[in-house]
Amino acid sequence: MTTTTATLNRRSFLASSAAVAGGFSLGFGVPFSRAEAQTGVQEVNAWVVIHPDDKVVIRIARSEMGQGTLTGLAQLVAEELECDWTKVTTEYPTPGQNLARNRVWGNFSTGGSQGIRQSNLYVRQGGATAREMLIQAAAKDWNVPAAECSAANSVITHKGTGKTTTYGKVAAAAAKIEPPKDVKLKDPKDWKIAGKGVKRLDTRDKLTGAQIYGIDLKLPGMLTATIRDCPVNGGKLKSFDAARVEKMPGVKKVVAVDGKGVAVVATSYWQARTALAALPIEWDEGPGGKINNDDITALLAEGLTAEKAFIGNQAGDAKAAIAGAPKKLEATYSYPYQNHATMEPMNCTALWTADKCEAWGPTQNGEAALAAAAEAAGHPVAKCDFHKMLLGGGFGRRGRSDYVRQAVLIAKEMPGTPIKLVWSREEDMTHCAFHPVMQCKLSAGLDASGNLAGLHVRLSGQSILASLLPQNLQNGMDPVVFQGFNSGGTESAYGYNISNLLIDHAMRNPHVLAGFWRGVNTNQNAIFMECFMDELAHAAGQDPLEFRRKLLKPRHLRVLNAAVEKAGWGKAPPGVYQGLAQIMGFGSYVAAVAEVSVSDQGQLKIHRIVAATDCGHAVNPAQIERQIAGSFVYGLSAALYGECTVKDGAIEQTNFDTYNVMRMDEMPKVESVIVPSGDFWGGVGEPTIAVAAPAVLNAIFAATGKRIRSLPVMNHDLRKA
Amino acid sequence: MVAISINGKIYQTNADPRTPLLWVLRDDIGLTGTKYGCGVAQCGSCTVHIDGVANRSCQVPLNSVGRRKVTTVEGLAEGGTLTKVQQAWLDNDVPQCGYCQSGMIMAAAALLKSTPKPTDEEIDAAMTNICRCGTYQQVRAAIHDAAKG
Repeated sequence: MTTTTATLNRRSFLASSAAVAGGFSLGFGVPFSRAEAQTGVQEVNAWVVIHPDDKVVIRIARSEMGQGTLTGLAQLVAEELECDWTKVTTEYPTPGQNLARNRVWGNFSTGGSQGIRQSNLYVRQGGATAREMLIQAAAKDWNVPAAECSAANSVITHKGTGKTTTYGKVAAAAAKIEPPKDVKLKDPKDWKIAGKGVKRLDTRDKLTGAQIYGIDLKLPGMLTATIRDCPVNGGKLKSFDAARVEKMPGVKKVVAVDGKGVAVVATSYWQARTALAALPIEWDEGPGGKINNDDITALLAEGLTAEKAFIGNQAGDAKAAIAGAPKKLEATYSYPYQNHATMEPMNCTALWTADKCEAWGPTQNGEAALAAAAEAAGHPVAKCDFHKMLLGGGFGRRGRSDYVRQAVLIAKEMPGTPIKLVWSREEDMTHCAFHPVMQCKLSAGLDASGNLAGLHVRLSGQSILASLLPQNLQNGMDPVVFQGFNSGGTESAYGYNISNLLIDHAMRNPHVLAGFWRGVNTNQNAIFMECFMDELAHAAGQDPLEFRRKLLKPRHLRVLNAAVEKAGWGKAPPGVYQGLAQIMGFGSYVAAVAEVSVSDQGQLKIHRIVAATDCGHAVNPAQIERQIAGSFVYGLSAALYGECTVKDGAIEQTNFDTYNVMRMDEMPKVESVIVPSGDFWGGVGEPTIAVAAPAVLNAIFAATGKRIRSLPVMNHDLRKA
Repeated sequence: MVAISINGKIYQTNADPRTPLLWVLRDDIGLTGTKYGCGVAQCGSCTVHIDGVANRSCQVPLNSVGRRKVTTVEGLAEGGTLTKVQQAWLDNDVPQCGYCQSGMIMAAAALLKSTPKPTDEEIDAAMTNICRCGTYQQVRAAIHDAAKG
């Protein structure tokens, strides 16, 4: 694994932090600067700040959006630091500080379930290095060899004399010690803080209303803006009649934004929203304005049999093996557009002046947000900074910085006045980079003994990279489309030994923007593979579990076995039916068993989910359980209800009344089985989402004999055939 | 000028009388614990108590509140002592992102007031708030815990 090892050079820190302080004198109480302004508060290294009273502040580069990364990363640093966990708090460095300090905190991006698995090595090194510096400082003070001293619970002890001191007392001296180059990290079996289900560090303020999210931010003299962007992606703003609303209560300004949107700035949100609703706007919707859902469905259907396709994975000769097989099976599946629908709508606050720009907001990618702010501001990055706020949900949506750009562009129209841009839920529902649409035609041949002779998976649909990162396409191909369709590797795999295989993709990109959505392309790819495996098992007259067991690779099989053992495969109560699914995604092996019943009226009830995961190392099992349970709420909301349709180029669903999600009464009991094998680092935020839908769809088939091949389930009559 | 009772204090506000209580609380009074999620009474993030009854404040115009007493999530923990519902939330480590939790807690507190020992079915019926992180399992456990204490 390659990592950006933290450069723990104190001299360069002092120089650059002075530069940062000099560069930003606007001073709206940025959390980061507060600690350092206090006397005696000492940064030992980039990751660890220690107060005289032994309070430990651990710096966290990744964004907290509910997934618990903030607590997990703090556990890893604290484990190596040997500090008192009850004295730990956290803070975010800003992306501007990261750049000014030669990216000492590494990557800020928080997506792809990478928060912990990608940074665990260097944050642990950061904690271990700080520990060694603290020990050395104490040893120096006592004039004893550092090797005779040890640290535990924020206390340093000299073995020979029994002398003790605390981290708070030696932090200032420790900061002057040359950081050791090679620190030894603990064997995870010796972990005392990491690996334990400790409580989250960020709970209490969320219970009292004290927690400030981006949408709650208040700055002196701040005004609030709300925006309407062209409802059709690719369209433009033609005209608007500002005079009609400029005299409405509280309205300060009406501004065009980026040639494709218009915002009203007012004293309060409700005033801005009321005026925007009354504002006459004309759009030039462009060619996308003529597109309806059926057009998109037809575009993708054509790709299912198109001659040209990007080959993502192949082995042997799938087409010949299928042609020569005594039994053939074919099925076509489809997956709709879906919105992330974070509970906190998009928002960002910006303050622009002629020489600098600052912005505050919820983001999954602080450095990208800073870059977007600087670009919109027209200032060098070094004259800008972005202050990350706690996210009211992310799910991939806040990896994009479209709302940051808008906020800065609006603020630029009102120099010196902080502007908080708040999107309405309706704006949020209709303007995101949606989960891409995909259709899939699967063809397979079974030999005379019911073994899989060959499999062809033809994907037809939208590329996320083509939408958001076209520079990352590889000769036109989008490798992300094949997420979960790899034969091996450490990131994602379907897990079966298939000797004749072809997986290809006919790229069809409608005008609707596609983006990264929690679980990304493993969501539909696991449905295609795992539901079709179920179809094949039934066609071969075999139990779906036994059929898979013959084909699965050992690590996949181990996790599937863990799930079926806990669930009691084949032992569901009367009237309850089981389905299963497995995949490796975001570096972790996962499997699920779903138990459902379907009434004579076609009413589906999902009673129970048993979900197993092998994420390599389990840094906080209690939070992993919560991520797993939550991933089923997210994945099953999508499977049951999630569908954004297109009419005249625009998304039709505008709020939760038309874009339904799972509520408490529908949530099944989710039982987690965590089986970490301890020899790799896998993600936990996303992997289990992929098995939610296929396990339930396979259980619905077991219950009704109906094979659901297009999502969402709500569009189907589940009454027994 | 409209007078309104919030968390035991009387506030004067210049907001348009038709403004939803949600936005009066957030923008005029400065109590941002009550959250905007949907604006159409679907998600429950904006739940407050009006005379002890759970209401979705995005659908309550300021001029309909009158002399009734509004309680927001900030008004629960008196003198910094968490209520038993909040304590149960803390003990069960309920929130993930936390954005919906003010509304969840207000809905749960109102439920427990009218139904001190709710069954799972009663919890399902009362707790229709949306949580996208999927904390429902912990919310249910915390409500049962609070009912015990």
